[in-house]
Amino acid sequence: MKPGTPILDIRDLCVSYGKVEVLHQVSLTVAPGAIVTVIGPNGAGKTTLLSAIMGVLPRMRGDVSYLGHVQREIEVERMVAQGMTLVPESRALFGEMSVEDNLLLGAFMRHRLGHRDERDTMDHVFTIFPRLKERRDQMAVTLSGGERQMLAVGRALMAKPRLLLLDEPSLGLAPLIVREILRIVANLKQTGVAVLLVEQNARAALQIADYGYVLETGEVAIEGPSNQLAGDPRVIEAYLGLGGRH
Amino acid sequence: MDIQIALLLGQDGITNGAIYALLALALVLVFTVTRVIFIPQGEFVAFGALTLASIQAGRVPGTLWLLLGAGLVVAIIDLIQAVRRGTGRRIAGIIGWNILYPALVAALLSLLRPDELPQVAQVLLALAVIVPLGPMLYRLVYQPLAEASVLVLLIVSVAVHVTLVGLGLLFFGAEGSRTTPFSEARLDIGGIAVGGQTIWVVIASLALIVVLYQLFERTLYGKALRATAINRVGARLMGISTTLAGKLSFLLAAAIGAFSGILIAPITTIYYDTGFLIGLKGFVGAIIGGLASYPVAAAGAVLVGLLESFSSFHASAFKEVIVFTLIIPVLLWRSLTTRHVEEEE
Amino acid sequence: MRRDRFALTVFLLLLSLAPWLLGEFHVTLLNYIGLYSIVALGLVLLTGVGGLTSFGQAAFVGLGAYTTAWLTATPELPAWAALVGGSPWVALLVGLALTALFAFVLGWATLRLSGHYLPLGTIAWGIAIYFLFGNIELLGGHTGITGIPLLSIAGFELRDSRHYYYLIWAMLLAAVWLTSNLLDSREGRAIRALKGGTVMAESMGVNTPRSKVVIFIIAALFACVSGWLYAHLQRFVNPTPFGLHIGIEYLFMAVIGGAAHVWGALVGATVITVLKQGLQEILPKILGASGNFEVIVFGVMMILMLQRARDGLWPLLVHWFPRGEAVRSAPVGERLSQRTPPTSGTVLLEVKDAVKKFGGLVANDRMNLHVTAGEILALIGPNGAGKSTMFNCISGVDGLSSGEIRFLGERVDGLASRDIARRGMSRTFQHVRLLPAMSVLENVAIGAHLRGDNGVAMAAFQLDRKEEGRLLAEAARQIERVGLGQYLFEQAGNLALGQQRIVEIARALAADPCLLLLDEPAAGLRYLEKQSLAELLRRLRGEGMGILLVEHDMDFVMGLADRLVVMEFGLKIAEGSPDQVQQDPAVLQAYLGGVG
Repeated sequence: MKPGTPILDIRDLCVSYGKVEVLHQVSLTVAPGAIVTVIGPNGAGKTTLLSAIMGVLPRMRGDVSYLGHVQREIEVERMVAQGMTLVPESRALFGEMSVEDNLLLGAFMRHRLGHRDERDTMDHVFTIFPRLKERRDQMAVTLSGGERQMLAVGRALMAKPRLLLLDEPSLGLAPLIVREILRIVANLKQTGVAVLLVEQNARAALQIADYGYVLETGEVAIEGPSNQLAGDPRVIEAYLGLGGRH
Repeated sequence: MDIQIALLLGQDGITNGAIYALLALALVLVFTVTRVIFIPQGEFVAFGALTLASIQAGRVPGTLWLLLGAGLVVAIIDLIQAVRRGTGRRIAGIIGWNILYPALVAALLSLLRPDELPQVAQVLLALAVIVPLGPMLYRLVYQPLAEASVLVLLIVSVAVHVTLVGLGLLFFGAEGSRTTPFSEARLDIGGIAVGGQTIWVVIASLALIVVLYQLFERTLYGKALRATAINRVGARLMGISTTLAGKLSFLLAAAIGAFSGILIAPITTIYYDTGFLIGLKGFVGAIIGGLASYPVAAAGAVLVGLLESFSSFHASAFKEVIVFTLIIPVLLWRSLTTRHVEEEE
Repeated sequence: MRRDRFALTVFLLLLSLAPWLLGEFHVTLLNYIGLYSIVALGLVLLTGVGGLTSFGQAAFVGLGAYTTAWLTATPELPAWAALVGGSPWVALLVGLALTALFAFVLGWATLRLSGHYLPLGTIAWGIAIYFLFGNIELLGGHTGITGIPLLSIAGFELRDSRHYYYLIWAMLLAAVWLTSNLLDSREGRAIRALKGGTVMAESMGVNTPRSKVVIFIIAALFACVSGWLYAHLQRFVNPTPFGLHIGIEYLFMAVIGGAAHVWGALVGATVITVLKQGLQEILPKILGASGNFEVIVFGVMMILMLQRARDGLWPLLVHWFPRGEAVRSAPVGERLSQRTPPTSGTVLLEVKDAVKKFGGLVANDRMNLHVTAGEILALIGPNGAGKSTMFNCISGVDGLSSGEIRFLGERVDGLASRDIARRGMSRTFQHVRLLPAMSVLENVAIGAHLRGDNGVAMAAFQLDRKEEGRLLAEAARQIERVGLGQYLFEQAGNLALGQQRIVEIARALAADPCLLLLDEPAAGLRYLEKQSLAELLRRLRGEGMGILLVEHDMDFVMGLADRLVVMEFGLKIAEGSPDQVQQDPAVLQAYLGGVG
C-alpha cells in the first residue's frame, strides 16, 4: 500500500434489501490511522453501511477499496483475515463463555493464519481495559452494559485490526461510560488503528473524530471535518426534524 | 425379578446407555452449531461397526468406495468454485484431502492385509474410512443449505438417512455382523459377572466424554464451535466461518458415531439398518436435554438405556414401543416447562 | 374457457376413462397412486401450507387399516367391539375417531415447542406403532389379519380393482376439493399465516396452537381414510406398509410434488410410485443384489430437490401451462358489523408504572403513558431506548414484569395477544410480516379473522361463502382506503417495502380496531407516500381512532402527532406537544448526545 492511500475507500455504494434500495451512492474515505464517524438519525442506513463493508450483506453495487485493493468479493472471513473487524450494535458476545475465552476467540483468525501472539495481545487489551482483567474468569452474560461494550471492543482488538468498525458503541450506556469508551477509542489512534465509528450520539462522536459524514435516509447529506460539522445547524435539523414544519 | 437379574439388566442398560449418551452428545453438538437435526448419526454407527467387521473378515469395506466417490465429487465441486473465485492456492488442499487421502486409505487397505493386523490398527483403519465422510457429507449436502430453515434441514437429514441406509445395504448386504471383542475377560464384581467388553464400552465412553470436554474447554477450535453455537453472528465476525464450524462439528459427529459402532459391534449384531434405532435412542436422550444441554442429554440417554434394558425383561416384544413412547411424556414435560412459544427463525 | 379449467377438465375426463383404456396392472398402479396421494395431500396441508411436518403418516394409515381389519375380519369380537363390528363404514368412523384422538395427543404435546419437535415426535410415534402392530397377538402379529371383506356401497359390492379405482379416486378428488375449499377461507388463511411466524397470526387474533393441531389432525384423518381403503382393496394387512420408512416416503412424495400445492400431492405420489416400480426392477439387476435400492435414488433426488428446487415439481409443471389471465373484480359483500367507536377523548390505553426486565436488563422502567380516542401519540427515542419492548408489552407479545396496562378500562397485561386483539387493538410490525406469496387481498383479510366465525368444517364444505364474501369485501374496502386499490390481487411480496408497510396498516384496519399501534409506518416511504400516509392517519384520527406510533422520521412525526412521549434507557424523559419536546434540553441531550 502506497503511503497516503486511504485504508478504506468507498465509491457509489448502493445496498438493497429485496427490491428496496436503502443506501444510495454512498462515497466515503478513511485515511490510515484516522477516526471517521458516520452520524445520522435512526434508520438512516448507518448499520447497513457497516454490514455491507464487512461483507455481512450479500447484495450491493459500487466499489470498495480496502488497503488499496478493490474488493471483488466481500466476504466476512476474508475481511477479518485482512485485518478489518466489526463490533456490531448487538455486541454479539459469547454469553456463556468467560471473558478470557471471548478475547481468545477474537484472535481466532490470526491464530489460523499462523500468528501465536494472542497472550501478548491479551495483556495489551488488559492494559487498555483493566476492568476486563479483573473479570477474566467471569461469564460474559454476567457483565454490566459498559463492561460488555468493553469486552466487545477488546475482543475486536485481539484481532490486531488495521480498521475497526464500531456500530453504536454508546448504545444503551450511561453518559459516564460512553465518555470512557470513546476516550479509549480516541486513544486507539496512537496505536495506528483506523476507526470507522457509527454513532447516533453525534456530539460525542464528533468530539473524537477527525472527519464526519451525516447520513440521512440512505444518502450522505453533509460531510466535513468534525469541528465544522459540530457547529452546523443542519446536523441538529437532521436529527430532530425541525425542517419539516416550516 | 431378584437383585441378581436387576444388576445384570442394569449392567446392560448402562452399557447401551453409554453409547446412547455419546450419540446424544454428538446430536446436541451438531444441532447447536449447525441447526441440523442429524438423523443420519446412526448410519455412522452402523458404518463404523460394519467397516471394522469387513476389515476383520478380510474384505474391502464397501464404505471405501463411498469415501473415494464422495471425495471425488467434493473435489470437483470445490475445484470449480476455486477456479471461479480465483482462489488458486486452495487447490492443493482440495486435491490432497479429497483425492489423495482416500487413495492412500484405499492403498493401505489393499496392500496391508488388514485382517492380519493388530486390532488397534484395524480400528484406526475403520475410523480412517468413516470419519472423513462427516465433513464430506456436510460439504455436499448441508453447506449449500446453510441458510435453510430447521425444518428443511430436518427433511434433508431424513433424506440423507434413507440414502445411507440404502448404500449400507448395497455395501454390506442384509446379513448382520459382529466383531472380535476387545477383551474376552470376565470380571467378577460383587458376585456379578461383568463382561470385559462392557467395561471397555463404559470406560471408552467416559474417556471420550472427557476428551470432548477438554476439546471444548481447552482448544481454540473447540471454543470456536461453542462460540458458533452461542452466537452465530459473533462467531462469523471473528472469522469462524459457518462452513468451518459445520465441517468441524460433522467431523466430530462422524468420529463419535463410528467409534460408538466399533465399541458395541462385539456385543450386538449390527445390520446395515441397525444404526437408525440406536441413533434415535440417542435422540430421545438429546431431546430430554432440549437439544441444548450436554449433561442432561447424556443423563437422559443413560436413562433410555436402562429403561430399554428393564423393559426388555418385562415385555421384550414391546421394548421399542416403550422406549419410543417415552418421547411423548418427555415432549409434554418440555412443552409445559417451556415458558413461551419459541419463534422460528 | 380459462386454460387451467380446460386442463382440469381434460384431466378429469382422462381419469374417468382410464380403467377402460388401461390394463389391470396399470389400474392397480393408479389405485396405489390414488391411495398415496390422499396421504400426501394431508402432508401438503401440514408441511407446505402450515410449515409443520410429519414422518409418521404411515402409522395413521396403519391405524385406519388395522381398525377396519380387526373390526370386520375378526370372527369373534369381544362383546364391546361387536357392537360396532362387521360394517366397514362403521369401522371407518371408529378409525377416524381413534386417529383424531392420537393426532390430538401427539400434536398437543408438541405444539408449544419449536416446530422441529413435532416431526421428531412423529418419528418416534411411527416406530412405536409399527412395533405395536407387529407384537399384538390380537392383530395377528407380523402375519397380520386376512379375510377382510370387500366394500359395498348401497348393496353394490366392489369386486373388481376397477370398482375400487372409482371409489379411491372419488375420495381423493373429494379430499382435494375439501382441502382447496379450506385453504380458500378464513380458517385457511389462519393456517397459511402459521408460516409467517406465530407472532403475526396471534396479533390478528388467530389461535395458532389450535390451528396447528387442526391441520395435524386433518392430515392424520386423510391418512386414516387411505388406510381404510387400502385394507379393503388388499383384503389383508400386516405391519410392513405402515413402518417409518413408508412414512418418510409419503413426505418425499409431498416435497417432490410440491408441498405448497394440493395438486403437488398427486404429482409427487405419481412420480415416486412409478419410479419405485421401475427402479425396483432395474436396480437389483444393475447392482447384482436384491434389496430396496430405490431409496438411494429417492434420497439423492430429495437432497438435490431441496437444494435446487425447494418448491417441488408442481410449480415447474405449471410454468409450462401458463394460467389464463382471469378477469378478477374486487369482491363485494355486505358490510360487516362494526364496533361502536368510543367517543372522542375517551382514554383508550393506559400504561401505569410498567416495568419490563430481561434478566438483569431493565428495558422499560416505570413507564406511564395514555392514548385517547381521536389522538395520535408518538413514542420516540434513540435506538435501544425500549420503544419496541413497550409496543410488545402493550400488544401482549411480551408480558410485563410489573405494573399494569389497561385497555378500555380493562386490565390487559397478562392476556394473550389474540385476546387483546379481540378487544379492539390492532398493530403493524417494524419488520413487515406479510405472507409474500399470498395476494394483498388475502393478507389483509387475515386482519378480519376475528370478525368471522365460520370454522374448518363450514369452510371445507363451502358453507361459509356468504361470510367469506363479506370478509373479503371488507378487506378490499380497507385496501382501497389506504390507497392500494389497484394491487388487490398482486402477490404481497411483489410490492415495494413502503407499500408493504401500508398493506400492514390495511390489515390492522380490517380488524375494526379503536386503537392502532403502528411500528415505524413511514420507513422506506417516498416523500409523496409519506404525505398520503399522514393524510390517512389524520383522517382516521378524525373518525375517532386512537393511534400510537413509533417512528424515526422526525419530519413525519413532528408534523403529525398531537403529543409525543420521549424514551431513553427505558425511561420516559419527556412528554408534550411537538414544540415542547423539540425545545426540551433532555431530548436534545438524548438525541444528539454529548459528553462533558
